[in-house]
Formats: sequence, structure tokens, C-alpha cells
Amino acid sequence: MGWDEAAVDERAQAFLAEHDPAKMERLDFLRARFDAGLAWVHFPEGLGGLGAARGLQAVVERRFRGTPDNNPGLITIGLGMAAPTILAFGTDEQRQRFLRPLWTGEEVWCQLFSEPGAGSDLATLATRAVREGDEWVVDGQKVWTSGAHHSRWAILVARTDPDVPKHRGLSYFVCDMEAPGVEVRPLRQITGEAEFNEVFLTGVRLPDSLRLGEVGDGWRVAQTTLMNERVAIGGTPTRRTMIGLLSETWRERPELRTHALHQRLLKLWVDAEVMRLTATRLREQLAAGHPGPEGSGMKLAFARLNQELTGLEVELLREDGLAYDDWAFRRSDSVDFLGRGSGYRYLRAKGNSIEGGTSEILRNIIAERVLGLPSEPRVDKDVAWKDLPR
Amino acid sequence: MSQEAQSPMTLLYTEVEEELRAAVRGLLSGRSSPSEVLAHVESAASDGAVPYDLEVWKALGRDIGAAGLLIPEDLGGAGATAREAAVVLEELGRAVAPVPYLSSAVLATRALLGAEDEAARDLLGRLASGEVTAALAVSFAASPYTPPLSAVTLGADGALTGRVTGVIGAEVADVLIVPVAVEGSGSALYAVDASEARIKTVASLDLTRPIATVSFSGAQGRPVGSAAGVGDALLLAAGLLASEQLGVAEWCLTTTVAYVKERKQFARPVGSFQAIKHRLADLWLEIVGARAAARNAAALLGAGEDAHVAVAVAQAHCGVAAVHAAEECVQLHGGIGMTWEHPAHLYLKRAKADEIALGTPGDHREALALMADLPGPVN
Ligand SMILES: Cc1cc2nc3c(=O)[nH]c(=O)nc-3n(C[C@H](O)[C@H](O)[C@H](O)COP(=O)(O)OP(=O)(O)OC[C@H]3O[C@@H](n4cnc5c(N)ncnc54)[C@H](O)[C@@H]3O)c2cc1C
Repeated sequence: MGWDEAAVDERAQAFLAEHDPAKMERLDFLRARFDAGLAWVHFPEGLGGLGAARGLQAVVERRFRGTPDNNPGLITIGLGMAAPTILAFGTDEQRQRFLRPLWTGEEVWCQLFSEPGAGSDLATLATRAVREGDEWVVDGQKVWTSGAHHSRWAILVARTDPDVPKHRGLSYFVCDMEAPGVEVRPLRQITGEAEFNEVFLTGVRLPDSLRLGEVGDGWRVAQTTLMNERVAIGGTPTRRTMIGLLSETWRERPELRTHALHQRLLKLWVDAEVMRLTATRLREQLAAGHPGPEGSGMKLAFARLNQELTGLEVELLREDGLAYDDWAFRRSDSVDFLGRGSGYRYLRAKGNSIEGGTSEILRNIIAERVLGLPSEPRVDKDVAWKDLPR
Repeated sequence: MSQEAQSPMTLLYTEVEEELRAAVRGLLSGRSSPSEVLAHVESAASDGAVPYDLEVWKALGRDIGAAGLLIPEDLGGAGATAREAAVVLEELGRAVAPVPYLSSAVLATRALLGAEDEAARDLLGRLASGEVTAALAVSFAASPYTPPLSAVTLGADGALTGRVTGVIGAEVADVLIVPVAVEGSGSALYAVDASEARIKTVASLDLTRPIATVSFSGAQGRPVGSAAGVGDALLLAAGLLASEQLGVAEWCLTTTVAYVKERKQFARPVGSFQAIKHRLADLWLEIVGARAAARNAAALLGAGEDAHVAVAVAQAHCGVAAVHAAEECVQLHGGIGMTWEHPAHLYLKRAKADEIALGTPGDHREALALMADLPGPVN
């Protein structure tokens, strides 16, 4: 059936009339919302959606404001990366098994992509998955894995064939983070806390039913994840924003204002508004389809803007900017970006141009895939992975 | 008349300066490498102690004689100039060395040099020998163009009361040099034993040079003369901070260049990508400029000439250059640059704090509007 705004709104209202969040367990409420197709309306029916246009989600969110949420700060990787990949490449069983607890937040996901030797050049990764009957045995080391310490599942890319060029020998799996042989060690960040981890995989046995997509097709599956990751980081609308926060400080602290900072603030205010409008336009474009390389542009713009805004905030605050709220080494559950101090924001924002593809790599993607500029000569393209220089 | 015609001194390093540099670098590379600094900061944090390395400070201040560089020979110092102090600060910046050099041997020392009383001269002698460490009780965020009014007042009983925020080096100072508002006569400088004050370290963005709040409630102090030197101390420190910023920027560039030569992605060093090469070439150029501007400020300050323009230019350029270099360092190290384990963050934090210290780049540019006769729009 074709869903329009009125129909979606009506369904949301009908749901809320029957399910009073004040009288239900939080999880029961979320599960019921998923089952009613009001989790993510653009997903198919039976998988938390209605098969409606992506843009109609806003109608649902308006109605559900103030009801228990699925703690989106904690499950961004699941929502933004794992879910679209499972939807695109998963079998029916995989979709049924994973999507509901992913959306309700019962099962947290992390991303086992980067390795010490493979960051920007992800396709060169060395974690091996070797088939043994109905199982895969995985050995290797992953790094910078955000949230691995509270994850139930991970999306994992591993090498299944070292004898072909690097992009062709990869396969994509769901990794059971509770399986024997998975070891998670925290890595402290420049902010003081440990958001990310090293993950050691030693003889981890994964049933073949946890493979997503065909054997050897892992690179293509990973591309879907990465495209979605960049939109998730760059293009998601948020209610409170960094420019909003900085503007509040500016209004509340007239004694800090200077002409030079004023000009910078005004320029960044325009940049933030242009970025908001660009993101809105991009979302409209994606309403029906899938994110294209344009999504990379949003993440690039977001990183630059966030870094300039947070840098300006520290400078504006002067003596207060010399202080730091808390250096304690702890494992963080989610990134409370706007809730922390200016120094934290300044430091954490430095990661925005590294995580999810560095700004340099995103510029290459825009230059090559959007503008069609020729790529630099590739020395590693037709060489079997095992013969690459290291 | 161009500035060049006014300043006959060289912007290059003299042999004496190079020797001093070698001595400081020798000391720091043996005892204060970035990873040792990090370890030191960490162990201090877990003990609830301050991050200063007093062993290195002793060796630097006493053995190398850096504590007394700016103090005249007749008071027991080395009678050197801002040029030599600048070289020390370049090296300290390069190592983010946690020593109270800027706070004691520059800020407090220069304020005392302007005080002129016998008590000040006596204290300077003890600072020169490295026997005593001092701190100037003025916010590190104060700008030389609008020196803060003293928040400390003299009671009828002769005791001091008040609270100063954002102070560097107070935790390891034996003596605090305090500008005090005195009814009727404006202000005076007091020396107060650190034991008379309450010093509370604030969790700081700069892990290697934290700020503290210094409070006095009925503290006993000794008047040491006029507070007229405080403004000069801020100007001198701002000019010399440019050299520290230069050192910070240089470490970041050198370390990054070495890393991108080594680190391979796409089967080649990431430093072989033109996008990276051009950025690092631009950064190099910015640092070349930083060195010239920092040297110029140090030379004019050292010669006792009018250094206002030189200091403002150096601060406006070097503050930004150091932050830029540190930010590039983190970015071009990728994920490793975001870790606590890699020392890049110590430099980022130092560079960002230094940008605020002693006038922001915007403050220095604004000061130039007046000095270079480039007034703002009329309305
Ligand atoms: C906060 C944070 C969270 C993260 N979370 C996760 C996670 O949950 N899961 C996960 O798998 N990974 C995660 N990452 C890892 C991230 O994806 C990688 O750090 C990133 O892809 C860069 O890889 P690298 O660190 O190996 O840097 P490198 O690839 O070694 O890059 C070093 C520098 O070289 C530049 N460079 C590389 N290639 C080129 C080129 N062709 N042209 C120009 N410049 C180039 C890079 O831009 C960078 O500046 C996270 C990283 C951060 C900082």
C-alpha cells in the first residue's frame, strides 16, 4: 500500500492510543512499536517498517516525542551501519533474528573493520577467516573498535582468500562478541576516556549462518556499511547543535565578545546553516533510494564545521577554556558531546575527521566518484593480497 | 623607515645560543622525552600530584643556569637576554617539558626586575641560583594589553586577601609574586611564601602546565616594590611564548613527517600522496615564518627596544601556527593520533592552551590595528 503523511500519522496515533508508555515496560513498548512498523518506516513490513518513504519517519518521530527511546547514542553503529547492511544483504532468517533487538537496543553492535595495518586502506586487512565445514575460524586483530566493550554483535570484514587481489578476497560476517576467542581491551583516548578498543580474535568459530553476502563479496557489502556510516555521522538531524550551544554562550557572556571572534562566529553560523540545508536536501534525495557518494560530502563538512566551532569555543572562553572537566580514565557508554566541557568537545571533535573514513579519503572519494577525476596510479590493484609489499 | 633598518641584530642563532640549545636539548632528550613526560603526567595524576618534573627543573635551572638567564650579573644571574631565554623555551616547547620555567624564570623574574626594592633584588639573587622558584599570581589568560586589576587587597592589619585564578606554576613555587591593590597608592608588588596561600590545581586542558586558583586570606607578605613591572612581564612572556609555540610546532612537523614516510597504506607511504605533501609543505612554510617572527620578538625584547609590534606579530602568527601544526599532527597520524598513548595530544593541549595564554591571536591582531595604524570601520 502507498503510505502518505496522513496514513502514517494515523497509524502512529492509533498505536499510541493502544499502548500507553506510562503503563508498559520500556522494552515491551519498543518491541510493540517495532512490530507495528513504526521503528523505521522505510524498512519493509515485518521488519519494523511500513515500506514507506524515508522522509515519513519525521511524522512518526513527532508523534512519539517524549515516549521511551531506544537510547540512540549507544546504538548508532547498529542503527546507522549494521541495520542497513543486514537489510540489504541478510537472509530472511538473519533479518528476523537481528533487526528487532538491534532497534530496541537490547543488543548493541560494534564495527570490526579497522586493523593496525589497514585503516584508510581497509581492503588490505589481514584478519583471516578459514572455512572448516559449516564454520569459519577467525584469527586477527582489530583496532579503534568503538563500543566493543558493551556489544553483543559486531559487523566484521575478514580475508577469506589471500590469493586474489585485496578487494576480491574479503567476506563479511556477523561476529558473536560472546564467542570464545574474542578479547576486548580498552584504548584510552586523548579525551581521557576509552571509547574505543583493541579486539583480538583468536580461533573464533562463527557458523556460516553468520555470513552476510556471498563469500568473496565482502568489499561490496562493506561499501554499503561505509556509505551509511558517513551519512549516519554527517547527515543526521539533531535537536541540540554545536552552533546552538556556542551561540548560547555568546549571548550569555557578553564580556567575552571581541570583533575578531564575532566575524568568525558569523561565518560559522552561515556554514552551519548551509550544512543544515545541504543535509536536508540530501535527505530528500535519499527519501526513496540509497545514499550515494554525496553522503561523503556531508561527513567532510560536518567534521570541518565541528572542529572549527569547538576550537572557537575554547578560544572564546579564555581562562575557562584552559580548564578541563574530567580526565578520568573510564569506559564511556556513549558520546555526550554537548554535555561535556569545551575542552572535551575540542578534543573529541578531532576524531570526526578520522573515524568513518578520514577527510583525506573522503576528498579522494568526492574527487574520483563524484567529479570523475582519474585516480592516482594504483600499484596494488592486480596483485594477489599475499604478494603485496608490507 | 622599515623595521629592518631599526634592528641591526641578527635573526639567526648565535653560537652561544646554539650551545645553550644543545645543553638544554641534551638534558631533555635524556630525561624528558615525550613518552617520559606522559608517564610523568600520569603518575602525578594518580598520586594527585602536580605534573611538574622538579628533577629536570633543578638540572635546567641550576646546572645549566637557565633560571638566572634574565637576571643581571650583579644580582647573581647570567645577564643574558630574551634571545637566550627564547632558545630555552623553544626546546621546552619541543619537549612539552613540565618545568616552571616560563612562570618562574620569565614571568615572576621580570615582574621582580621592575620592583627595584632591596627585597626584590635579594629574591632575584635566590631565583638566579635556582635556590628558589617563584610564580606570578596573575592569570595566564591575561593579555599584555589589558593587564588585570589586582584581585588581592591589603588589609589594615597588613595582611593580604583575595583570589587569583588561572595561575601557572604556583604549585611548585616557594614564593608567590603578587600584585596587590593598595588604597591610595595604586598597586604594589608583594612576595608571599607559598605556605601562606591556598593553591588549588584545576583540571586543565594542558596536562603539562595546569592552572591553579591561588587564594589568600589574611596572608603575610613582604612588599618588594612597585608593580610596574607586571605589564612588562606579560609583554616579555607573550613575546617569549612565541618561541615555545615554535618548538611545539617544530616537534609536530618533524614527528608527522617521520610518520608519513613510514606509514604505508595502498602499498605506499601515505607521505607520497600529494594531498599530504602539499599540506606539510604549507605547514613548513608557516613554521619558517614562525621562527622569523619569534626570533624578531626575542631580539627586540633582548635589546630593550620597543618590541610591541614584534610581540604582537609573533603572537598573532605563532599561536595559530602551533595549533595548526598540532592539529595536523593528530590528523595525519590517523587513529593513533587520537590515543592517549601517543604523545601528540600533549602538544595539541599545550598548543591550544598557549593560544589563549597572554592574549589570544585576535587580541594581538587588534593591538596591531592601533600600532600599525590600521583602524577599524568608522561607525
Ligand atoms: C574516534 C574513532 C572511532 C573509530 N571507531 C571505529 C570503529 O568503531 N570501527 C572501526 O573499524 N574503525 C573505527 N575507527 C578507525 C577509523 O576508521 C580509522 O582510524 C581511519 O579509517 C583511518 O585509518 P588509520 O587510523 O589506520 O590511519 P591511516 O590510514 O594510516 O592514515 C594516516 C593518515 O594518512 C592519510 N591518508 C591515508 N591514505 C591517504 C590517501 N590515499 N591520500 C591522502 N591521505 C591519505 C589519512 O587521511 C590520515 O591522515 C575509529 C577511529 C576513531 C578516531
